[in-house]
Amino acid sequence: MLEVKNLQKSYEKDRPALTDISFDIKPGTFVAIIGPSGAGKTTILRSLNQLIKDDDGQILLDGDDIRTANKTQLRKFRRQIGMVFQNYNLVERLTVIENVLHGRLGYKSTLAGVFGRYTQEEKEEAMSLLKKVGLENFALKRCSELSGGQKQRVGIARSLIQHPKVILCDEPIASLDPASAQNVMELLKDLTEEYNLICIANLHQINMAKKYADQIIGIRKGKLVFDESSDLLSEDILRTLYDQDITEELE
Amino acid sequence: MMQSPTKYLAHKGWHQTAVIAIIGGIYVFGSWALDFNNLNGLIAVPKAFAWLGINFKPTANSMTYLPRIWQKLIQTVLLAISSTVVAAFVAIFVALLGSKVTGVNAFVQTIVRGIASFFRNIPLVAWSMILLFAFKQSDFTGFLALLLMSVGYLIRAFMEIIEDEASETMLALKATGASYFQVIFQAVLPQILPSILSWILYMIENNVRDATLVGILTGTGIGFIFDIYYKSFRFDAAGMTVLAIIIVVIALETISNQIRRVIL
Repeated sequence: MLEVKNLQKSYEKDRPALTDISFDIKPGTFVAIIGPSGAGKTTILRSLNQLIKDDDGQILLDGDDIRTANKTQLRKFRRQIGMVFQNYNLVERLTVIENVLHGRLGYKSTLAGVFGRYTQEEKEEAMSLLKKVGLENFALKRCSELSGGQKQRVGIARSLIQHPKVILCDEPIASLDPASAQNVMELLKDLTEEYNLICIANLHQINMAKKYADQIIGIRKGKLVFDESSDLLSEDILRTLYDQDITEELE
Repeated sequence: MMQSPTKYLAHKGWHQTAVIAIIGGIYVFGSWALDFNNLNGLIAVPKAFAWLGINFKPTANSMTYLPRIWQKLIQTVLLAISSTVVAAFVAIFVALLGSKVTGVNAFVQTIVRGIASFFRNIPLVAWSMILLFAFKQSDFTGFLALLLMSVGYLIRAFMEIIEDEASETMLALKATGASYFQVIFQAVLPQILPSILSWILYMIENNVRDATLVGILTGTGIGFIFDIYYKSFRFDAAGMTVLAIIIVVIALETISNQIRRVIL
């Protein structure tokens, strides 16, 4: 269970980026955060694993507050929270399997991690995860040789090997063609059910959000204006969110 | 206030014309102030090249100098390579401490930037002259002069490479719970390696050229024998030396371009 309570953040004085954001997410739920650019979607997502330090509030993962964690505790929190990026953020020069294994670093001693010493089980798990995302034949390819959709699936495998409770996806399909985007969304949806994950994705594609998400959170100017099951998302809500009529997206 | 686009573009055209006119004006003023005759300067160029061609042309006789030139040249190339490699080692650690994405804190970053720009902005000639007092005429003086300047350049270059190329992967690994050193060794260093090697190769090429100049000042290597030949009016031998330098620099460039093609 992920509970966010009264989250506040401002980058400049008197210009709040987030005001009083609160929401709960149960395991096995795929959540889409929607809203205009600059509304604060990325700030919320990055506060959840404290890549951005927010100013006030609570972020409880199964009852423990990640915001008050010290450095060692924060590492332990972070390894339970996978992250998938718009630009994939892989080490392009390394092979696919090396990038997947990076997801294990949070569990390793500094020295073992520095030298990249992984156990046999970790390597086998990496291979089985690659199979799950449909890249078992690409394990030894350099990531720079992959297509965008393939890179994103490597990113997903990297987050899965963390054995996460939560996966955060920052615009996971914004750089992908429609076919790859659909594959990635379906994969995320399936994994959420299979591993009973909390999967939170920032999305600009409202039709995708409506189609795949169980729960939708709408953010406008740093405030939460919608937090319901996705079939309750209406044209009225979208008009409030984006300040204009957005109808065709709901088709 | 919004300007109209036509007005904006017309303004921009005027600005460009004005900038070009000002640069031209500075040139004319400079020539006048220095009493520099442009026409004579231009006419002198072919004459100078003709003189060079006649006097610096290596003859059959200059071939006898070749073994000595060769030996000094090897010495100079090795000096350039060793100073660059040592400089690169120092620079990578300092750059990691000083870059915005991997750096310790704002204070250390400012210090690192200051050090880099200090080493970089003292001209090589000045470094050689200063170090000459402390270390006398020796290869080590040349090595140190090249090292200090290369360190300055490489710190700056490496910091920019880290900031441009490593920040995204760094963020991803930080998010997995990886520790600082794990992130550096597993993400930052592998990611920036090709660009770093490319800079090291460039610096070696550059240092071979500069080592010649440093050699004239510190009395070592290929620069020293060029100086001797030149001052004793053995122009054909001096020409031979220059030719040898050109060949070696071109060879080095070709080799490093090949290496780049493989690693990038």
